[in-house]
Amino acid sequence: MKIYVPMDSAAKALGADDVADAIRREAEARGLDVTLIRNGSRGMIWLEPLVEIDRGDGREAFGPVSVEDVPALFDGRMDCLGAVEDIPFFARQTRLTFARCGVIDPLDLADYEAHGGLAGLRRAIAMTAPEIVAEVTDSGLRGRGGAGFPTGIKWKTVMEADAPQKYIVCNADEGDSGTFADRMIMEGDPFTLIEGMTIAGLGVGATRGYVYLRSEYPDAITVMNEAIRIARAKGVLGGDILGSGRAFDMQVRVGAGAYVCGEETSLLNSLEGKRGVVRAKPPLPALEGFLGRPTVVNNVISLATVPVVLEKGAQHYADFGTGRSRGTVTLQIAGNVARGGLFETAFGITLDEVVNDLAGGTRTGRPVKAVQVGGPLGAYIPVANFDAPLGYEELDAKGGLLGHAGLTVFDDSADMLHMARFAMEFCAVESCGKCTPCRIGSVRGVETIDRIARGDADAIPLLTDLCETMTDGSLCALGGFTPLPVMSALTHFPDDFATQKEAAE
Amino acid sequence: MQPTPPIPTDDEIDAILMPHKGREGPLLPMLHGLQAEYGHIPAPAISRIAHIMNMTRAEVHGVVSFYHDFREKPAGRHVVKICCAEACQSVGGDVMVEETLAKLGLDWHATTPNGALTVEPVYCLGLCACGPAAMVDGKVVGRLDAPRLERILTEAGA
Repeated sequence: MKIYVPMDSAAKALGADDVADAIRREAEARGLDVTLIRNGSRGMIWLEPLVEIDRGDGREAFGPVSVEDVPALFDGRMDCLGAVEDIPFFARQTRLTFARCGVIDPLDLADYEAHGGLAGLRRAIAMTAPEIVAEVTDSGLRGRGGAGFPTGIKWKTVMEADAPQKYIVCNADEGDSGTFADRMIMEGDPFTLIEGMTIAGLGVGATRGYVYLRSEYPDAITVMNEAIRIARAKGVLGGDILGSGRAFDMQVRVGAGAYVCGEETSLLNSLEGKRGVVRAKPPLPALEGFLGRPTVVNNVISLATVPVVLEKGAQHYADFGTGRSRGTVTLQIAGNVARGGLFETAFGITLDEVVNDLAGGTRTGRPVKAVQVGGPLGAYIPVANFDAPLGYEELDAKGGLLGHAGLTVFDDSADMLHMARFAMEFCAVESCGKCTPCRIGSVRGVETIDRIARGDADAIPLLTDLCETMTDGSLCALGGFTPLPVMSALTHFPDDFATQKEAAE
Repeated sequence: MQPTPPIPTDDEIDAILMPHKGREGPLLPMLHGLQAEYGHIPAPAISRIAHIMNMTRAEVHGVVSFYHDFREKPAGRHVVKICCAEACQSVGGDVMVEETLAKLGLDWHATTPNGALTVEPVYCLGLCACGPAAMVDGKVVGRLDAPRLERILTEAGA
């Protein structure tokens, strides 16, 4: 009998380690021969810890399982959810990037290979560099970190650059609230990121890679380090990748708690051991990146999607999606929701379907007020705009940004003036300090919102003006997009900005 | 009160720094190494890093002070990091946390006088579908409520 208990952080946060221990003890007490596998999460966080039991005729899911449930689980007295693949939230997904996440033992390379792993890398080894880059370009894959820049175009620039050393840098500084896809894949299927980075190395001629991983993710750091060690020992990484005679190796670098280091140029400075201050562009990191060398900087999900693109072909991937948003989007349904988690689907699904149908509305049962799409720098989208299809251009047209595809749901108790103030305050704390609109503007933004809160209506045009300055004048997305949550809150929820004044009158 | 930690010698510091010296961009690994050993960045280490890396002490200090993670003095024996970001706020985390800290007389960033506990805000632990979330000495906790948070903080020595 095989029993799967996730070792994903979210599952652990809900007691998975204790459940695993209890299962081990119970199996021993009953004299049962149980193989306990710590898998990744299937992404249905409201069901975590989600335990799966395979008695030889397929995996059956149970959840959420507590320590107290374990005897009943063994007795067969616990309600079974059936196969994970049949749970509606799961059945409605298209899993390409996350196909193996939660299915396999994250640190079992043979299990990884048995589920399609390394097929993309093997194909890439037999291709020329321009062919690899063309494949990624044709797939339509765009940067999943938020900016949505075509991955293949970035790779082409690095490929064509002439330098004695090039680098692949994976941006795993997933600091945006409401996002956890990077963490999930690194904890649940780390070899896919390693494979993606290795393919990127072959494509652009880079032999060294770094994963810049935030210190707030200690579990992901442990899993990634162990996966890299295994990959190296098994010849997936190193001087002779899968016997090809080609070289690529990589390592994890741990961040140090600075949100702005998720911005690529700031990340590169941090990686070099400097203050994480933003660099002006140009020069592009693709030409002068890490240590001044041509560097691919891609998000975890972008790189982790590369193996499936190579395995199944560019066209297979591009056949999913809408408009210029091709392939799948790894939505992270977060915040005040009844059913939160990771939902991978073709681009084009509407917010309404995601929030009201899939997520089942709010956890508190109160009406939904707004969804912040794309993290702390994303807009608050009111219910009236829930018909927006989720795609890069589609959301842009609604005044928002898709970002890393995190959706944080708020119920009607949310005070949008407070949320706007928080956005400015966060920007003030996390600003790298290089450019004035961000460094000073965010502080003034907090003060101005406080004036509005005290009933000073004259401060509203001032805030609007300040936001314009920050948008136009900031060097990077931190100062440049902080106005998005602020202005969307002000525009769509004016009542939250007027109550104090009206009360005074 | 917490005992003042002994000041490490140059040799002890160098033993932590030198294995990283040949790496590309060695400074953050060096600082993480120091903090893992001492719980903070000891003042003499700034001079040693400056010497080894051919930087000024001001430059090294500039890097140390830029990052939230690096401490200039040791934290309490237990560190509880509580998420204050949007997703945890959306499930009432901010209000619940403030009330609990006030009840126990705890301040953000401060260490309790008995040296047992430091409480710090953190902006996102990636547990956004099971907030409010916290990390207790590196161990994650989700779906916190006031009684549970109070128990965690009290057990840690608040």
